[in-house]
Amino acid sequence: MQQNEGMTLIVKTVTRISVWMILLYGIYIIFHGHLTPGGGFAGGVIVALAFLNVLLAYGRKFTSDWLNIGFLHDLEAASATLFLVIGILGISMGGAFLANFLTKGELFALISAGTILPLNIVIGIKVGMSLFLVVWVLAGFKIEKGD
Amino acid sequence: MILPYFIIIPLLAAFIISLIAGKKDNWAVILSVIASSALLVLSLFSFISMKEETITYSMSAWSIPYGIVLVQDALTSFILVMVSIISFTSLIFSIQYIRHLSMDWKYYSLFMLLVTGMNGVIITGDFFNLYVFMEIALFSAFALVAYGSRAEEFEAAFKYAVMGSVSSFLILVGIAVVYSATSTLTMAKVAQILPTLNNEIVLWVGAIFMAGFGLKAASMPFHAWLPDAHSSAPAPISSMLSGVLIKALGIYVMIRIFYNVFNAPEVFMKIFLVLGTISILIGVFLAIGQWDMKRLLAYHSISQIGYILLGMGIATPLGILGAVFHLFNHAIFKSLLFYNAGSVEMALGTRDLRKMGNLMKLLPTTSQTSLIASLSISGIPPFNGFFSKLIIIIAALQAGLPWYALFAVIGSLLTLASFMKVQRYGFKGETVIETAENKIGWRMNFAMITLAVLCVVTSLMVVPGIQEVTLDPVVKVIANKTEYIQLVLGGLNGN
Repeated sequence: MQQNEGMTLIVKTVTRISVWMILLYGIYIIFHGHLTPGGGFAGGVIVALAFLNVLLAYGRKFTSDWLNIGFLHDLEAASATLFLVIGILGISMGGAFLANFLTKGELFALISAGTILPLNIVIGIKVGMSLFLVVWVLAGFKIEKGD
Repeated sequence: MILPYFIIIPLLAAFIISLIAGKKDNWAVILSVIASSALLVLSLFSFISMKEETITYSMSAWSIPYGIVLVQDALTSFILVMVSIISFTSLIFSIQYIRHLSMDWKYYSLFMLLVTGMNGVIITGDFFNLYVFMEIALFSAFALVAYGSRAEEFEAAFKYAVMGSVSSFLILVGIAVVYSATSTLTMAKVAQILPTLNNEIVLWVGAIFMAGFGLKAASMPFHAWLPDAHSSAPAPISSMLSGVLIKALGIYVMIRIFYNVFNAPEVFMKIFLVLGTISILIGVFLAIGQWDMKRLLAYHSISQIGYILLGMGIATPLGILGAVFHLFNHAIFKSLLFYNAGSVEMALGTRDLRKMGNLMKLLPTTSQTSLIASLSISGIPPFNGFFSKLIIIIAALQAGLPWYALFAVIGSLLTLASFMKVQRYGFKGETVIETAENKIGWRMNFAMITLAVLCVVTSLMVVPGIQEVTLDPVVKVIANKTEYIQLVLGGLNGN
């Protein structure tokens, strides 16, 4: 067996199938945060786990080819900025920071609860990217032993 | 309404910096200077414009028992001004100092997050919100302590992280107990409900909070993390940590909780007195033997925090006045001293007092300002430290606590002795040093001179006429204790 990066073929194959399901489940949790238990943070963690699965199974090099780490970093910062922008829009349109300014929609429908859904989405992106990048950085970090 | 902008501005700056900053730090510097000067203007404006009213701001337009409320009264504005002044000058000082280490935007992003956390802790009126902002401030502080990326800095940051987590855990337990007892997290509501409950709850929760926030404030039995963390951080961050972080996260929150929420229970005031006195004496004894300049300053932070706790423990209006005044003064002169240490370290590459010498010729601005700061911290008139210490000592005598007053005087004398050592060995030492490794730029000098001027100017705050508009409203907020409830619940809603 050749010395590939990452784990064995079995793990890689399983990951190749399961990573999309994990990602989808994370997105589901993010989008249904205002209706069922879950939300931006929990869903974001699951999204991060999907990426981490790839990192563990395929190794660092493959993941950095597959994902654009710089883009993920920008996405993380942009989502946090977007959260604040929604909050500030609340000041100008709803009267207070983070106040609701969208239609409340129909109860228990996907489009309901006003700004909570977009806020959940940006939190999901933020948490997902942050957690993945934290592990990414820690995994690549080498420290020289001091004297 | 300007209240939420104290959080929005630095937070927005932090994220935009990480979004647009490229390889170089130019944008990061510009954005963070804009943000912190905006905060300085806003906080000065809010302090000058508000009289003795309390303004509340309901986040998301949810009214008080349901939503998170931001509260602004004289105490809040006062501490915000302090944080803004120090963070602005630290940032100006940082530009050259941090470029000397690396050209990195991450520093400015973390710095802005640190400011966000402190501002959030200061203006929030909600227990859990306070915890969240405290964590924001702490985590950026851990990262900033380790910023130099040397082994000793990682060790200090790790130690700080462990101690910080222990204290956060204690605080979270305290908040949980408060929540289970009162079913609310809004401080004013908690204060309203607590007197109707069993008195033991206040004792238990108070003990937990005392340990938790005592760790943050680094008062004596909880001080072990401070000398490492504060001396390993880059100089502007040391000044932020020693100057404002331990006060915003420790002392300010203790004042808020023990006075405004718990109505200043007798037993905790006694604990403040004892802890304060122990901190004064042992802090200064530990400081006097140090040869590392920043470590010496860090130990002095413990000792000076002791004075603030002592003033709070006396609990008379005069004692509170002294505590609040010393809080502000200590932020000014301790930050200045850390800037001095930073500029000496940059110029000579050492923090060891024995290896310094003839700095008067080499670094004239640094030596002059450090002389002012040393005189301030040792309590020599006409600098600000003299007046605040004098007020605390007089308050102790008036309250019939002569022993505590005596200990405060002894602490002050020992402080003078240890700063004589700094001046004698450090700035006027015999070692002849021909040239400095690095030149100190105008930005660093500007930061030092600003604070040196403030060392003199802030002593004017005790002049009758000025005291009525600066310190007295703050003292009134604290001394009125649980009048806070009516002020917040029935106060002006600023939405």
